Amino acid sequence: MRADQRRFRNIATALLFLLPGFLLFFAFVIGPMLYSFRISLYDWNIVKPERSEWIGLDNYARALGDPIFRRAALNTLVYTLVTVPGQIIIGLIIAVLLNQDIRGKSFFRVIYYLPVITSWVIVSLLFEYMFIGQAGLVNYVLRDVLHIIPKNILWLADPILTFVPIHLLGIWKGVGWTAIIILASLQAIPDHLYEAAEVDGAGSSARFFSITIPLLRPTLVFLLVVLTIGGLNAYISNLLITNGGDPLDLTHFILTLMYEATFTKLDFGYGSSISYLLTAFVFMISVVQIRLLRQRVDY
Amino acid sequence: MGIKNRRRLNRFITYALLIIGIGIVAIPFWYMIITSIKPQAYIFEMPPRLWPSVVSIDNYTAALGKDLFGLYFLNSLFVAVITTAITVLISAMLAYAFARLQFPGKEVLFYALLLGMMIPPVMLIIPQFLVAKFFDLLDKFSGLILVYVSMNLAMQTFLLRGFFEGIPVELEEAALIDGANRWTIFWRIVIPLSKAGLAVVTIFTFLFSWDEFPWAHVAMKETTKRTLPIAIALFQSQHLTEWGQVFAASIVALIPVVIVFVVFQRYFIRGISTTGLKG
Repeated sequence: MRADQRRFRNIATALLFLLPGFLLFFAFVIGPMLYSFRISLYDWNIVKPERSEWIGLDNYARALGDPIFRRAALNTLVYTLVTVPGQIIIGLIIAVLLNQDIRGKSFFRVIYYLPVITSWVIVSLLFEYMFIGQAGLVNYVLRDVLHIIPKNILWLADPILTFVPIHLLGIWKGVGWTAIIILASLQAIPDHLYEAAEVDGAGSSARFFSITIPLLRPTLVFLLVVLTIGGLNAYISNLLITNGGDPLDLTHFILTLMYEATFTKLDFGYGSSISYLLTAFVFMISVVQIRLLRQRVDY
Repeated sequence: MGIKNRRRLNRFITYALLIIGIGIVAIPFWYMIITSIKPQAYIFEMPPRLWPSVVSIDNYTAALGKDLFGLYFLNSLFVAVITTAITVLISAMLAYAFARLQFPGKEVLFYALLLGMMIPPVMLIIPQFLVAKFFDLLDKFSGLILVYVSMNLAMQTFLLRGFFEGIPVELEEAALIDGANRWTIFWRIVIPLSKAGLAVVTIFTFLFSWDEFPWAHVAMKETTKRTLPIAIALFQSQHLTEWGQVFAASIVALIPVVIVFVVFQRYFIRGISTTGLKG
């Protein structure tokens, strides 16, 4: 067989393997991503797209100047700042506990992982139900069992307090995953490091902070990146618990606002500009965090 | 305090903390189960009980009977199974190409794929909606399936490429010398040797499509074609106080997930800890 003939055959073979996947990938992921940018530069007409009016960056300016958008951005940021460290710290504690020589390890692992595999829709409704003002379990426990509060708190009607169930849910649902990831890297730390430190007289907290934490750093940064992206993209719990922004559009997350602008108010251009702003922000944060990941620790 | 006592105390604290954690994780689930077997009259009883005074399965018969939940269950199952089958096949093919074949533009395509892993999925909803409208895929199962497959491809390809690269290349070289073509090698050697990796992909894709909400919420408006997450969310917004039925439906939706999880636990843990995939 001649060389270029063989080369042609190789490419044909590769094409056979690549074509179905990349057709879909370009049609439904990369293509839409680019198209979305185009839409964001227009006052998009959904009935007759060709009549859409080019308005440059107006949609972006409008979003950045809109108090509802700013409030949504703030809500999303606070959610991320609360739930990401919450998941990492509690996950770390659980992983350290599970990393000891204990019985029933896989039982604990299964139970802790249950919230992770349960759909967001189900757990959001469940938390909404537990935090209902009048006959909710949480108010009952706080008022009648623990006597911490004098009367029922209307969690779901208040623009600040409604984030209590949303934040708790974010942490509760994610902890099992962070714990499993951290546990896997804990198990990869060689025992002799700890033994050597013990011989040198290091106490358990010294060992934790000078061996465990530095060696876990790549994992922790990985979690930081992934959880931050997840936090900024939070959507379902907020949509279901606040009915998409109630009361008075004060409780939106960026994506519930994007959803409302697009599919309720049919303002596709504005919705697209919101999702691009979010994506740009996500990319910036990921780049910074990945930079941090690069700095490795050697022992 | 002696070392032995100290160890014992440590152990005690460990178990105590772990059991408290189990309580915090399990109580909401328990409460959901209890609520689902309470008659409607007891849904807002005071004090709320963690042990039911009256047990009934009315919520299950009502939810499954009247609101087409049986149908929604089948819809979800259909979409999840087909999505999973297609994703496993296509991402395995892509992964094999990236692991073993030489072709121009390999790096660029691989980076495009990595980019696909970083895009927040919800940002794609608007243009995906327009693309689906253009191809007349709205309100169709094929619309859900094609988008789900596309959104899973990047991650699963990345995962399988790692598995395939771990297979000794000598096996394939021997087969090539014997005259086998790449396609035969892929089917007869690589696929059978990668069962663990394929299991991980299967589980994660299945769970993703079973639970997916945002796209289905946008793409499926026709009542008879809803999947379970949409059906449950809409049911709750239409029957605000009928929590018993909401949770009865939720528990039915949860059963396959729990079964898949418990049966494949081993693969799960491996998949999560080697790749950082989320369930």
